[in-house]
Amino acid sequence: MQGLEVRGLSKRFGGLVVSENIDFDLKPGDRKALIGPNGAGKSTFANLVTGILAPSGGTIRFDGQDIGGMGEAHRVKLGIAKTFQITTLFPEMTVRENLRLPILEREGRGFRMFRRASGDAAVEDEIGTLMAQFDLGPLADRPVRDLAYGQQRLVEMALTLALKPRVLILDEPAAGVPSSETHLITDAIARLPEDLAVLVIEHDMDLVFKVARSIVVLVQGRILTEGTPSEIAGNAQVRELYLGGGHD
Amino acid sequence: MLRRYGSQYAPAVLMIAVAVAAFFAFPFNLAFLTRILIMIVLVLSLDLVLGYAGIATLGQAAMYGAGAYAAGLFAIHVWADPVAGLLIGALAGAALAALAGLALMRTHGLTLIMLTIAVAQICSEIANRARDITGGADGLRGIRMQPVLGIWEFDFIGRTGYWYAFAVAAVVMVLLAVLVRSPFGLSLRGIHQSPERMLAIGAPVYWRRHAAYTLGGGIAGIAGALTAQITQLVSLETFSFALSAEAMIMLILGGTGRLYGAVIGTVIFMWVHHTAAANDPFNWLFVIGAMVLAVVFFLPTGLISLPPALKRLAKGGRHAGS
Repeated sequence: MQGLEVRGLSKRFGGLVVSENIDFDLKPGDRKALIGPNGAGKSTFANLVTGILAPSGGTIRFDGQDIGGMGEAHRVKLGIAKTFQITTLFPEMTVRENLRLPILEREGRGFRMFRRASGDAAVEDEIGTLMAQFDLGPLADRPVRDLAYGQQRLVEMALTLALKPRVLILDEPAAGVPSSETHLITDAIARLPEDLAVLVIEHDMDLVFKVARSIVVLVQGRILTEGTPSEIAGNAQVRELYLGGGHD
Repeated sequence: MLRRYGSQYAPAVLMIAVAVAAFFAFPFNLAFLTRILIMIVLVLSLDLVLGYAGIATLGQAAMYGAGAYAAGLFAIHVWADPVAGLLIGALAGAALAALAGLALMRTHGLTLIMLTIAVAQICSEIANRARDITGGADGLRGIRMQPVLGIWEFDFIGRTGYWYAFAVAAVVMVLLAVLVRSPFGLSLRGIHQSPERMLAIGAPVYWRRHAAYTLGGGIAGIAGALTAQITQLVSLETFSFALSAEAMIMLILGGTGRLYGAVIGTVIFMWVHHTAAANDPFNWLFVIGAMVLAVVFFLPTGLISLPPALKRLAKGGRHAGS
């Protein structure tokens, strides 16, 4: 199968079960959202898929290949990338340099010592295209620590997209972004390449309903239900457990 | 275009001019000036490791000492050619850093600092015990170098030593200038600023740090080889904690992560040390301490940022006045 195929995935920390028997598929072109109350195990699930955590049981396949035992760097090379919940950029570098790094790593040039990092026209063109896609052009030569938080989130997405992933996991892309700037994030997600498989983990329900074509509800480490946005909005159990219950 | 190149090469031209001027202005202090040049090479190596890659170390003297002993022994027992000796020193420093780095680069912060100090202490103790080979506490004596490139004899006043050290420092400087602008150099800055993110973009952070530490070790080894060849003596002091610590203070004084910062910091530290110690041999450290405090509080990016800071201040003053 093309894309990501998760079967019976479990994760325990000692006696605490944070993921239990999760089945999950993500195909090219998918726009899925993973929602659930705090502590439901959303971030744990993302970390299991990207290889930051090792699963206690179950399998993770990517294009049919078992990737459950691979390290983070290896999975990135295969095409699975995740943005950080808390912005993790290179604060003293300019936007341009922040995007140059992942491209050079992706191309396997990180050990080159006798060429200029900025000397490759194809890489610089790609940086330009990425910046245009996220409207970052005017900020190109500013250090990212000087940018507004919403703009930093865009750099975060652009940086991850620079790895040319085939599966993109957005871990709370709008976390900490003032509501006046969330449209920047929704617009950016809408403009992602069509064939990319996208999973959004998010608290902001407006954003989820705007970008997702399918929603998975996670409660206490287990999948409660999966459906289209209208199905989920109409699901009494979900409303009671999550949407209605004064979520934060 | 001209302007751009002008500003790019102006510091290099200035440095060469200062080196030539110093040669003629202080003809009887060439030994001291040569020591400054050798320290510049050591501090540059620390700048790569600490300033760029963010590897916290107080043991850069380990590789400096390894380079010094290797070059000294090589000159005595094998071949007294200076350039070959430099290569041997570089190899010794790099080999020690590569070996120690296998363990050191798995650690961070305080643990790493303590371990780097320990490595230097162990090296010192080995050199102390292996008296038959290294001369122990008496130091390694009897180093007699052949002329540099078979042309320039080392002379009593130290003219050859001065220009030889200058040439080596310049080559190291150029090499590092290329390195820090390369993809490798960019990735070291990336690791310094956000190691988690470097892992997430698929970079082998451990091996990148290991490579930086090894390269830095090689350059420190070159500095050690220079001192062995020019002073014709290697003592246990080359491994000393004080040397590692002084190198770090010079770097912080000048500005970390900036190659010219390493140069400026070294020159100022050594010069203040020289003049203040001559005036008051007991309290000269007070002057250095005050300078470090002033820099850390008012110019955290080092003395290299003094001109732009003054420019900003002047501009601000004019704004306030108008």
